[in-house]
Amino acid sequence: MEHVTTAAIHHDKNVGGGRKEIFRVTIILSVLTIIELGFGFSMYYINNTLTIHFIKGIIVILMLAKAFYIVAYFMHLKHELRNMIMTIVVPLLLFVWFIIAFLTDGNSFNNLKNRYNGYYKEHMSQPMQKKEETK
Amino acid sequence: MATTTATTATKYWSGGRSPFNVEYGKLMMWYFLMSDAFTFGAFLISYGTTRFATNGWPNPNHVFNAFPGIQGNLPLLFLSLMTFILILSSVTMVLAVHEGHNMNKSGVAKYLALTILGGLAFLGCQAWEWTHLHHEGAWWGSNPFPNADGSTSTTNFTNFFFTITGFHGFHVFSGVIINIIMLIMTLKNKFEQRGHYLIIEKAGLYWHFVDLVWVFVFTCFYLL
Repeated sequence: MEHVTTAAIHHDKNVGGGRKEIFRVTIILSVLTIIELGFGFSMYYINNTLTIHFIKGIIVILMLAKAFYIVAYFMHLKHELRNMIMTIVVPLLLFVWFIIAFLTDGNSFNNLKNRYNGYYKEHMSQPMQKKEETK
Repeated sequence: MATTTATTATKYWSGGRSPFNVEYGKLMMWYFLMSDAFTFGAFLISYGTTRFATNGWPNPNHVFNAFPGIQGNLPLLFLSLMTFILILSSVTMVLAVHEGHNMNKSGVAKYLALTILGGLAFLGCQAWEWTHLHHEGAWWGSNPFPNADGSTSTTNFTNFFFTITGFHGFHVFSGVIINIIMLIMTLKNKFEQRGHYLIIEKAGLYWHFVDLVWVFVFTCFYLL
């Protein structure tokens, strides 16, 4: 059995793109990271809430693109058999539901607190005092 | 081996070979990483939920603005350094796996050593950042940073930051240990005797996963 498995892997070894592909993906990842950091830095100077939300949306898309390149090329998932890719990727689709459900829930909880908990709303809107003496 | 019969397509499911055309260990590493992804996902989603359930949040550009040895306000600069260290260590790990396929022992050893150095540099950066934040008064249960609009913030910001970057740092640490073991085994000719370097590939999967998680962690904490 061990022999068979090893043979199967050796048969597989040249499926990936080799050094050329590694360097191409490195460049892509670096460029995406620089763009992402640039957007993050730009929020330092922007005060418009809508623009900030838009920039954050772009950052999330860039993050997902980076995740794709790492998983597909560095972890070689793209070069595996389709059935195996599906056993990994399909369960992760649960995250789509997790994110929608939990973030909506958090938002709803905050609305309820702001509506019914007067102390919460008042306390949170107070300017924060600097505690200089604490180390 | 029932690989080819009358049909041209390879019969993966007729027995005698791995239906996914991977080793057992590699497949199990993938499933472990999937479960680990759910652990990190649960952490990050609870962070997101708490953030959505709170009025206001500190601006990361105002919190993470220091760099060792340089005075002044330098938002995100140190983070950029950490991110690039981790990406580059991921690249050297791919190269180590690649050399392993070509049965090149010295190449594997060289790139593994570089990967270990990258991991240690990242851990050093994180240690410095934690120390710096601790000196500013940030720790579990203590948050000196006001919200972006100056209003009172909660300690959730620092609680989640230290918990999640700490959990990630622990993964980096175990990854470095795994890579050191791989390097020792390579230098002792273990894989030459075995005839293949497939275990380097599994260590590589783990290391790339650590890099992958950092992509999500740094985006969620430092940029959003």
